[in-house]
Amino acid sequence: MLNWLTQVFALTQFNIQTIWQRKGSSAAALFGIAGVVAVLVGVLSIGKGFEHAMQASGRPDTALILRSGADSEMMSGLSRDVTRIIGDAEGIARGDNGALSSSELFVIINLPKRSTGTDANVPLRGVEPPAFGVRSEVEIVSGRSFEWGKNEVIVGVGAAREFRGLELGGEIPVGPERWKVVGLFAAGGGLSESEIWTDAGVLQPAYRRGSSFQAVYAKLESADAFQSFSDRLTTDPRLNVKVVRQTDYYAEQSQAISGLINGLGSLIAGLMGIGAVFGALNTMYSAVSSRTREIATLRALGFGNGPVIISVMAEALVIAVVGGLAGAGLAYLAFDGFQAATMNWQSFSQVAFAFDVTPALLVQGIVYAVLIGFVGGLLPAIRAARMPIAAALRES
Amino acid sequence: MSDNGSLVSVRDATKTFRRGSEEIRVLERLDLDVPEGEFLALMGPSGSGKSTLLNLIAGLDRPTDGSVTVAGERIDRLSRTKLAAWRARHVGLVFQFYNLLPVLTAERNVELPLLLTHLSRAQRKKHVDTALGVVGLTHRKGHYPRTLSGGEQQRVGIARGIVTDPTLLLADEPTGDLDRKSGDEILELLTALNREHNKTIVMVTHDPHAARRATRVLHMSEGKLSQEAAE
Ligand SMILES: Nc1ncnc2c1ncn2[C@@H]1O[C@H](COP(=O)(O)OP(=O)(O)OP(=O)(O)O)[C@@H](O)[C@H]1O
Ligand SMILES: [Mg+2]
Repeated sequence: MLNWLTQVFALTQFNIQTIWQRKGSSAAALFGIAGVVAVLVGVLSIGKGFEHAMQASGRPDTALILRSGADSEMMSGLSRDVTRIIGDAEGIARGDNGALSSSELFVIINLPKRSTGTDANVPLRGVEPPAFGVRSEVEIVSGRSFEWGKNEVIVGVGAAREFRGLELGGEIPVGPERWKVVGLFAAGGGLSESEIWTDAGVLQPAYRRGSSFQAVYAKLESADAFQSFSDRLTTDPRLNVKVVRQTDYYAEQSQAISGLINGLGSLIAGLMGIGAVFGALNTMYSAVSSRTREIATLRALGFGNGPVIISVMAEALVIAVVGGLAGAGLAYLAFDGFQAATMNWQSFSQVAFAFDVTPALLVQGIVYAVLIGFVGGLLPAIRAARMPIAAALRES
Repeated sequence: MSDNGSLVSVRDATKTFRRGSEEIRVLERLDLDVPEGEFLALMGPSGSGKSTLLNLIAGLDRPTDGSVTVAGERIDRLSRTKLAAWRARHVGLVFQFYNLLPVLTAERNVELPLLLTHLSRAQRKKHVDTALGVVGLTHRKGHYPRTLSGGEQQRVGIARGIVTDPTLLLADEPTGDLDRKSGDEILELLTALNREHNKTIVMVTHDPHAARRATRVLHMSEGKLSQEAAE
């Protein structure tokens, strides 16, 4: 056993030393694997970033109340009477100015994207004063908040980055009028950062909504209070509503898109991975065949097949791990924090978010590289160990 | 030792190779005995099967039929793994093209077979120094093969062949790639190993001049051996 380990160690050391001597083909395999890992990590970081944006948007102690049967705010509608009953319900947390319950209006406007100049949908949300208590993560980062009753808006930093006219001091068209952007706000990377906010009271007449709203956002006394709160509203004969926990709502909203991104990413990385396996196979085959006589010599001297296989595999794995580290590093430098926007398919509006290259993704990328190296090294290693020694020694 | 006291005893050995659908008969019911302490030269035209026979004795290949016994052991019956271990213990190999590993220094090339033993690092170093001393290359031990002449490389090859003090030293055209002077030095070395260290040597050669150094010369043609007195 000791002897066997010595063999493995000696041969592995020997093979790894020769990587440098075949730097051309080793580098080709290394770059191939690095490229695959960079793309895999890069694409998956999109999904991670999106999930992160969605997660940061929701809180377990916040409930969203929609008309029963509505799947999103877009499709919902609630009268003022209804929202008032909801606001008085037991279980809602109270702030300095009463219940933390904000009746909101949700409309979509069209604005040109900065990048392409083409129009895309931006959510314009009308809120009530408790909205800032319900979403305590919202904070003004420049300018000021809008004044209640005035035609003013504040803009999430994500939306400001993506769309023309949403910078501080800009204007947006609302019907025949133009409303001024008086402030920018952040929301901890959450979905609100992709929205424009204004006073629900001024948005209702501008869009001829009378006194109706679309949703109520309520901060509950605790996350555990959700079930009883939900039961209370859904069994109230005066109401015809559904109550969703905010985290569940966003998870559902993001499912389609993050599923799509992750699926697409895995598909691309899978296809490239197959290419990289062939690249690694090719490298290792040529490494093995260029050393046919050397390997045969070692085996003639009495080195066993196991150590020969392991040493060839080790060589492939070293190339793969270095390639994987390079690819992961590259992905981190290139993609982490990269700002992007995508369509939220449920509201058909743009969601701004940042690519998120997490440590878990980096590990995943390196594991993938090792897998490629393993598959790419195994066959050549077995071939090296199975070649008849006498015949291999004849090759010059 | 086998029944008749030979170190190597090949009995009724046949070896055929397949090349596509064709079957090539290289050795034909061949018998050979090599007593301990002999320096045997195998001669014969190209393709007559000299290397094939040497490979059978070295345990690098197995006969299609017949037996190969070395130091009392039927090596044609050993498994691949056992055979590899057997080679490491009993056989020293010297090749025509030296087959040194280019990434290792002379010293580390010579050390390779010792990695298959239980010797400690210090003991290995001692053996390597002794072997390099025997071939007269102590002053070149840190050199890489590409910086050595052909004759020097072959001397490293011989040092690697004897470093484990094997039962048998097998050399396939050890002077085939060398000029006359270097070749003579190699033959001188093999003769000394045979005479002074009582090494049993089987050497394949094309060169009658080389064969003259041996204690016995056998001629091979078309897979059969025939006695031939040295000229
Ligand atoms: N592994 C093999 N597969 C197929 N044919 C082989 C194999 N090894 C040897 N042969 C054939 O067997 C015959 C004898 O080969 P061998 O190498 O033993 O000859 P040799 O006497 O050593 O010749 P040389 O003097 O050229 O080295 C040749 O015809 C060769 O082509
Ligand atoms: Mg030959």
